[in-house]
Amino acid sequence: MDHYFSGYALVGLLIVLGIGFVATSFGANALLRPSRPSPGKQSTYECGVEPTDGGWAQSYIRYYVFAYLYVVFAVDAVFVFPWATILATVGFGTATLLEMFVFLGVLATGICYTWRKGVLSWV
Amino acid sequence: MGRLHLRYDMMAVLTIGIRLAAVLTGFLVLPLLVGQLEHKAMAHMQARLGPMEAGRFHGWAQLVADGVKFVQKEHVLPDRADRAMFSLAPALALLPYLVILVVIPLGPSLLGVDLDAGLLFVLAAMGVSVLGAVMAGWASGNKYAQLGGMRSAAQLMAYELPLVLVAGSVAMAAGTLSLPGIVAAWSLWWLGWQGIGAVVFFTAGLAELHRPPFDMPVADSEIIMGPYTEYTGLRFAFFLLAEYAGIVVLCALTATLFLGGWRGPYEQQLGWLWMLLKTFALSFVVIWMRATYPRLRADQLQQLAWKVLVPLALIQTGRDRRGEGGGVRCGYLGPAWCTGC
Amino acid sequence: MTGLDVAVLGFGLLMLAAAVAVVTTKQLVHAALWLVVSFAALAACYLLLTAEIVAWVQVLIYVGAIVVLLLFGIMLTRSPTGPSSDVDTRNRWPARTVALAVGALLASTAIGPFWSTYLPLSASSAGSAKVLGTALFRFWVLPFELLSLLLLAALVAAVVLTRAKTGRSDRPVLARSSSGRGPAIGAGRR
Repeated sequence: MDHYFSGYALVGLLIVLGIGFVATSFGANALLRPSRPSPGKQSTYECGVEPTDGGWAQSYIRYYVFAYLYVVFAVDAVFVFPWATILATVGFGTATLLEMFVFLGVLATGICYTWRKGVLSWV
Repeated sequence: MGRLHLRYDMMAVLTIGIRLAAVLTGFLVLPLLVGQLEHKAMAHMQARLGPMEAGRFHGWAQLVADGVKFVQKEHVLPDRADRAMFSLAPALALLPYLVILVVIPLGPSLLGVDLDAGLLFVLAAMGVSVLGAVMAGWASGNKYAQLGGMRSAAQLMAYELPLVLVAGSVAMAAGTLSLPGIVAAWSLWWLGWQGIGAVVFFTAGLAELHRPPFDMPVADSEIIMGPYTEYTGLRFAFFLLAEYAGIVVLCALTATLFLGGWRGPYEQQLGWLWMLLKTFALSFVVIWMRATYPRLRADQLQQLAWKVLVPLALIQTGRDRRGEGGGVRCGYLGPAWCTGC
Repeated sequence: MTGLDVAVLGFGLLMLAAAVAVVTTKQLVHAALWLVVSFAALAACYLLLTAEIVAWVQVLIYVGAIVVLLLFGIMLTRSPTGPSSDVDTRNRWPARTVALAVGALLASTAIGPFWSTYLPLSASSAGSAKVLGTALFRFWVLPFELLSLLLLAALVAAVVLTRAKTGRSDRPVLARSSSGRGPAIGAGRR
């Protein structure tokens, strides 16, 4: 248990150290660089022509479907990890393996369904 | 007694300090080495003259020149940008890779920390980094940047699943999620057994890093520089550093999970050398692919993920079988001498 | 009160503050990013309670997938920068009442049964992959398999809902709402 907390304490320290590193470099950079703002410089870059319309655009709905697919499958997939660690231990045999195969089978059915329905074809 | 305790504590503090310093040093040095390797390898492969000039001999000082240039450049904050998010996005893209390095074992006893859930930790952190690109894309207030941000998010969504599945396959083979544990359990025949997984992992990882041929989010001929279009100076350099740190992390992970990490001749003494060699060999492949393959289109990219990599990953996970002797042995596609078939 | 308690409490407060920021910020995308902070603080709480698998799954699924899904959702409809006035509702008080009621319900469900349950953190690594896997595959196999069916049903529903009825069965017609093909640049100008 000590090992657990000291391990994550180190990770936590590293995160703090990383934030410190980024803050220091941004700070040092602020001292080193010039700052001469001008309206032209701060306009949106659109390959040299005058920027048109707003910067924020709507996106394609297909992205949303793929994202949804991922969420569903990712929730499925994380169960592989606890399964992976216990499969080889004593007391878990073929039954555990088959349980996971059923699970993966359902996952594969999902992929087949979306494939068959043409959702995976982009254009 | 009290004095002994104090000494013990000081030693613990010193050990922690050394570990943190080592991880930070690795984080700052290794990506630059990969960057240097990319400059030189691509200069030779594509007869590029530019990167061979600075500092006379073979252009050794190119990266130094780049660094000096980036630090001196102005930080241009576009009027339309969301100020806070625009400024913070590079940090969010960069920091996860620093944190990942702490769990990757360099040698038999050379590692930052051995987390019991190390593999899951690494996968989770890699996903967070992409959020930085999405943030940058949205916060820039630029159409191209936003398109790039959307594309990077879509790419993450498509390629994270095969990545997670084959990582699960390795974890099953080793029976643990701890990275040093996986290296210790590795043996040579995993190369064939987990071969599909290795290819899937490496490919999906490349896509998550937006490396060519999966660099659609930063496709310079279509959308300028994608989410990084409006960035200048140090913040832009941080995104570049994140990309190279990502290469180091991906290659080190592939080496750890599929190529045995520090395993090799005289591994007790030379383990770190094998690990570094494997990592850099894989980094060279990453660079080689950039110099060789054209960019995939959006639809090709999604189809490759869902129609090729995910089924392959499922096959890889399905191949894993448990042998009679208690250990995990072989799969239905494996050789006939396996007892579990 | 040990240092651990203080840390859990600290991250809990951070989570609460971020959650309040989610519902009070006037910028939709900021709300999604405050949600990231909230999820991360929750993951830290899990970690401190030694549930490391749950913690990293929380980061992998919620921060890596759910938030990106939300961002897509926001950017699909419209994605303005700056404050948007219509994220506020005139039904403030009814909304607050409903939110508080739901919160109270959830809190009482969580606190009620577990109020006097104590799990000594030092006794075993209660949240490690092995312990979790053992529990899952020894005692909770049926719910686990049912979960996969539930997710399959959700997936099928999503596919059915996103497909427009145009009579062509082999192609999804998802692009009807935008310009037809490709991302609709600039279409979201209000």
